[in-house]
Amino acid sequence: MLNKIYDWVDERLDITPIWRDIADHEVPEHVNPAHHFSAFVYCFGGLTFFVTVIQILSGMFLTMYYVPDVENAWKSVYYLQNEVAFGEIVRGMHHWGASLVIVMMFLHTLRVFFTGSYKKPRELNWIVGVLIFCVMLGLGFTGYLLPWDMKALFATKVGIEIAASVPFIGELIKILLAGDATIIGAQTLTRFFAIHVFFLPAALFALLAAHFIMIRRQGISGPL
Amino acid sequence: MSNNRVSRRQFLNYTLTGVGGFMAAGMLLPMVRFAIDPVLQTKAEGDFVQTSQKVADLTEEPVRVDFSYEQVDAWYKSEVTDTAWVYKQGDQVIALSPVCKHLGCTVNWAGDSAHPDQFFCACHGGRYEKTGKNIPGTPPTGPLDEYEVAEQDGLVMLGKKIANTLV
Repeated sequence: MLNKIYDWVDERLDITPIWRDIADHEVPEHVNPAHHFSAFVYCFGGLTFFVTVIQILSGMFLTMYYVPDVENAWKSVYYLQNEVAFGEIVRGMHHWGASLVIVMMFLHTLRVFFTGSYKKPRELNWIVGVLIFCVMLGLGFTGYLLPWDMKALFATKVGIEIAASVPFIGELIKILLAGDATIIGAQTLTRFFAIHVFFLPAALFALLAAHFIMIRRQGISGPL
Repeated sequence: MSNNRVSRRQFLNYTLTGVGGFMAAGMLLPMVRFAIDPVLQTKAEGDFVQTSQKVADLTEEPVRVDFSYEQVDAWYKSEVTDTAWVYKQGDQVIALSPVCKHLGCTVNWAGDSAHPDQFFCACHGGRYEKTGKNIPGTPPTGPLDEYEVAEQDGLVMLGKKIANTLV
């Protein structure tokens, strides 16, 4: 049945080459854990992506209940966690996944560093990777404020003070982030929400695409 | 045993698809259940709300009774006001919902001067008899809903909306 549907579509659109391009690629022996168990270190990039997919999905579902407003943000988080079925699980996935992304990404960076995979001709992919790292940290920082509890508020106060310590333009960055010169409140929350769910994910998708196209183009780096 | 040989490639394909599907389901199930929760939540309503309308003051002529109650909308609690058209039929107190069964506008008793003994909806000219029965040839497809009615301390108490029992 599925085969017939596939053949029907394939006959008209010739989709086989498209998914072959995506799915068929060389996995050299030195990166295959089935050959050398220590090659599991090559899994961290894929694991980072896997956790990122979970973050995107759970985040999408969380916005069904969350409101980025000082009056209701905390209440809506409390409601979705305690009153909605599986709310604890879905919020838990997003909460723990956020930390896991950073951990996996860090391990991936270490692997790339110690195998020397960043060297010519892969310097550009290293740079894109560092940009992804920055975007991920930005997502972590902006997401931390959204539950609008005391921990979130004071973490953001500290974070914004750190940003304000930048020479010359620190004050500008602070106002730009907080949306107000003195208050961390309504405008900070809506800004962080917008940055967290629209601006940074958009940047992340573009960078991930570049990251993956480059690795496909250049192949996995050789053995040590 | 059948004669269909399962190749190594096929076996691995089935295994990977199975394990992958299981993992994907484990990931998506909580999220989907989370999303469809409003459909599955059970409502424990049915409390009667006291109005300021005295039962003794009611006549056979429907009067507009406004009443308010606390509504819990997820994390948002608010005082909402609702309306009923209340009249007496013999000893029985009747309370009809003012929500038009055509597209949800609000009907008024004697809202149309040409039909002083009918409910009238100004949006599309829907009309109902005093019992709430919709008049054929006007847009509504069913009779007005009814409120459950009770009496306490001589005042009208309204319960939840039910399908019209008079027609």
